[in-house]
Amino acid sequence: MNGSIKEFIAESEEIIQQIEANLLQLQENLDTEIPPDLLNALFRAFHTLKGNSSLFGQNNLKDLTHNLEELLDDLRMGRRPVDEEVVEFLFHKTDSLKKALKRLEEGGEIDVTREIQEVEDFRKRAPSTGKEESLEGKIDSEILKVLSEYEEHRLKENIKNNKGIYTIDVVFPLDGFDRRLLEVSEKVKAMGELISTLPTTQNVPEGHIGFKLLFASDRSPEQLGETIGRPPTEVFRPTPPQPSQVPLDSIKSTTSTLRVDIDKIDRILDIVGEVYLSRSMFRSLEQQLRQIYGYADIVFQTHRANQMLERTLAELQQSILDIRMVPIGQVFTRVAQVVRRYARQMQKKVNLQVYGEDTELDKFVAEEVADPLMHIIRNSIDHGIEPPDERKRAGKKEEGNIALRAYQKGNHVVIEVEDDGRGINKRKVLEKAIAQGLVQENQQLSDSEVLDLIFLPGLSTKDSASEVSGRGVGMDVVKEKVASLGGYVEVQSEEGSFTRFSLTLPITLAIIKTLMVRTGGRKFAIPLTSVAESLELEEELVNSVEGRHVYNLRGRPVPLVSLRRYYGLADTGNREAFVVITGVENRQVGLLVEELVGAEDIVIKPLGPYFEGCRGFAGAAEIESGNLILVIDTESIIAENLIRTTEHA
Amino acid sequence: MKNILVVDDSASTRSLVRAMIEDLGEEFEVYEAANGFEALKLLPTVSFDLVITDINMPDINGLELISYIKNSENYRDIPVIIISTERSDEDRRRGLSLGATAYVTKPFKVKELQETVLKVLER
Repeated sequence: MNGSIKEFIAESEEIIQQIEANLLQLQENLDTEIPPDLLNALFRAFHTLKGNSSLFGQNNLKDLTHNLEELLDDLRMGRRPVDEEVVEFLFHKTDSLKKALKRLEEGGEIDVTREIQEVEDFRKRAPSTGKEESLEGKIDSEILKVLSEYEEHRLKENIKNNKGIYTIDVVFPLDGFDRRLLEVSEKVKAMGELISTLPTTQNVPEGHIGFKLLFASDRSPEQLGETIGRPPTEVFRPTPPQPSQVPLDSIKSTTSTLRVDIDKIDRILDIVGEVYLSRSMFRSLEQQLRQIYGYADIVFQTHRANQMLERTLAELQQSILDIRMVPIGQVFTRVAQVVRRYARQMQKKVNLQVYGEDTELDKFVAEEVADPLMHIIRNSIDHGIEPPDERKRAGKKEEGNIALRAYQKGNHVVIEVEDDGRGINKRKVLEKAIAQGLVQENQQLSDSEVLDLIFLPGLSTKDSASEVSGRGVGMDVVKEKVASLGGYVEVQSEEGSFTRFSLTLPITLAIIKTLMVRTGGRKFAIPLTSVAESLELEEELVNSVEGRHVYNLRGRPVPLVSLRRYYGLADTGNREAFVVITGVENRQVGLLVEELVGAEDIVIKPLGPYFEGCRGFAGAAEIESGNLILVIDTESIIAENLIRTTEHA
Repeated sequence: MKNILVVDDSASTRSLVRAMIEDLGEEFEVYEAANGFEALKLLPTVSFDLVITDINMPDINGLELISYIKNSENYRDIPVIIISTERSDEDRRRGLSLGATAYVTKPFKVKELQETVLKVLER
C-alpha cells in the first residue's frame, strides 16, 4: 500500500491549505464574534489529519496532530478562549506540519518531538473552566442521544446565552433533496445557529426523506416561521427579558448597514454603462434634429430632456460608486494583526501608528492593494526595523515605529508606509545592480534613481530568504501589482533613519473619465486621472536629446512619445498636432496625437487573458454604436520611458 | 455479492478501507460516500449489507447517519461499523447506543478491519 502514501501526503497538503485559510478567517474575526462553525471546521481538519497519519503509520505526525486536535477541541468546546496568542501558535505549528510533510515527500525522516512537546505545554497553560451543567430534563432525551459531544456543547452554550431552541421538520423527495435541504439550512443559519441536521424516515412517504433541523435563535417563533417558511417547534423557551428592557420596535434591526455582494453592484454599474451608451445616442439624435429643424421647440425640449438624463445619470453613477467605497481602515486592521504577529516572530519591537483610516477608496482597489501593502510592511519589519539591541546602540528607542498613513489627493488615494529603521543602503543596492548587469559601472545615478532600482526584478530579494518577508517575492511584484491597479509606488529613504514607501492609487476603477484622442486612424481613451494637461504642439519647443524627442514644458524637459509609433500604427500623413501630458510632477511623459476628440465617461473592462501580452493597454470600453475602444495604460508608457531616461542619463 | 458502503470525508481513508476490504475477495463490492449527504443518496439505490462510517463529518455526521439507518424500516437491518479514534470514546459510545454493531479505532491494522467486517457480516 505504498502508493497510497502519496495520496496521504496530497490530501494532507490540501487539508493544511484549508486550515491556513480558516486560521486567517479566524484571525480576522478575533475582535468580533467567532463563528462556531469555523472552530469546528478547524477541529475536523486536525482530526482528519490525525486519523490519516495514524492509518498510514506516521506516528510522529499522528502525535503532533493529535495534540493540535486536542487544542482545537479545547477551543471549540469553550474550555479555552480564542485569542491572538492561540491563533498565532496554530499558524506556527501548521507551518511546522507543512515542513514535515515536505520532508516526508522528499523521503526524509521526520522529527517533531519538540513541536509535540510545545503543543502539550501550551495546552497545559490553558485556564480551565467549570464543568457544563446537564441538559437532562431541559431537552427531550430523544434529541439528546443523537447529538455528538460537540453538538451538545453548542446546545448548552446557546441555552446559556438565553437563545430559544427550536426544531423544524422538512420532507423532500429523494431526488435532489440535498439542494433543497441546503436552501432551508441557509435560511436557518441566517436566523441563528444550526446545531444538528437529523435525517429520518419516520412519517415520511415512499421515495422521500425527512430531516429534523435543530437550531438556536433569538428571533420570535413567528418571525422564524415567516422567514423559513415553516413553523418551528419550540424545544427550549428562553426567559423573557424584563419588560422595561424591551424596546418598542424590537423587530427592527439595530443597524442600517446592508451587506451586498460586490458582483451585484458591478452588475448595476454595467447597466449604467449601457444607459450611458443610449445617452450618447440621444445626444447625436439631438444634433440631427437641430440640423433638420434648427431651433424649433422640439429641439429645445429634446435638449432639456437630454440634460436631465445626463444629470440624473451622473448622480446615479456617483451613488453607485459611493456604495463601492470602503474605508481603508478595513485593510489597515488586517495589516495591524500581521504586524503584531510578524514582529513577535522576528523578535522585534514594533509600534504601529495608523493615520487616515477613514479615507475611502473602491472596495476592489482596497482588496487588491492589501497584499502589496502587507509585503511592504513585512519588508519593513524584516529589513527596516533593527533588532532592539542594535537600535539601542544607534541611540534609538528599542521599540521601532511603523507609520501607516492614508490620505486623498485629487482622484487618488496615497498610502504611505514609513519605518524609522536602518534605511536602505544605497551603496549596496548599487553594487548589487552593477553585479547583476542592470547598471553600468561608470553610470552616474542620483540618489532617488538608485532607490528606484529596488523595484527591478531580482534586486530586492534578500540573499538568504528570511522566514518572514523572503520566499523570493521582491519589490518588483509589488510595483507590478500596484501598476495593474493604475497606480505607482515610490520610495524615499535615508540611511540610519527612515524608509518611506508611497502607494498612489486611483480611488476607483469602475467608471472613469477619459480624454478621447484620435491618431493613426484610430480612437483611443486616455484616463483623465492621469492627464495633467493637453496642448497644441509648438514645434520650436521640441528638442532632440540623444536621438529622443523632449518637449520643453515651461522650462522642464518632458519625454515625448508618439502613440502612432508606440503602437505601430499606420502613418496617416496627418500632423501629430497635440501633446497630452500624462503623469505627475517629475514622472511625466507627453503623448503625441493627431486630434483631441473630447471628454467621455466610460465603463472600463479588462481585456482578458487573450491579450495578456499586449503592452500599453489598461482595458477596453464600449462606446456609442457598439464599437470597442482601447484605453491607454499611461502608467506603463511612463514607466518604460522613464527607465530609458535613466539609462541615457 | 456483499455490498459495503464506506462513509468518510477523507479520501485517503476511504481508499485505504476500500483496499483492505477488496483484499478479502471479489465478492466484496465497495461504494464510497464522502459525506452524510452522499450516503443518504446511495442508500436507496443499492442493497447494502454493511455500512462503515466515520463520525466526525460536516453537515450530517456519523451519529445522525446511524440514527437514520436504525430508525428506518428499509435500512434498520443493515449493520453499521464505526470508524473512530481513541479520543472520541464518548461519541463512539453514543453511536453504539444508537444501534451500531461494532467499531474499529484508528489506527487499525488490515487484519483488524477485515476480521471485524467478516464477523459483522456473519451475524
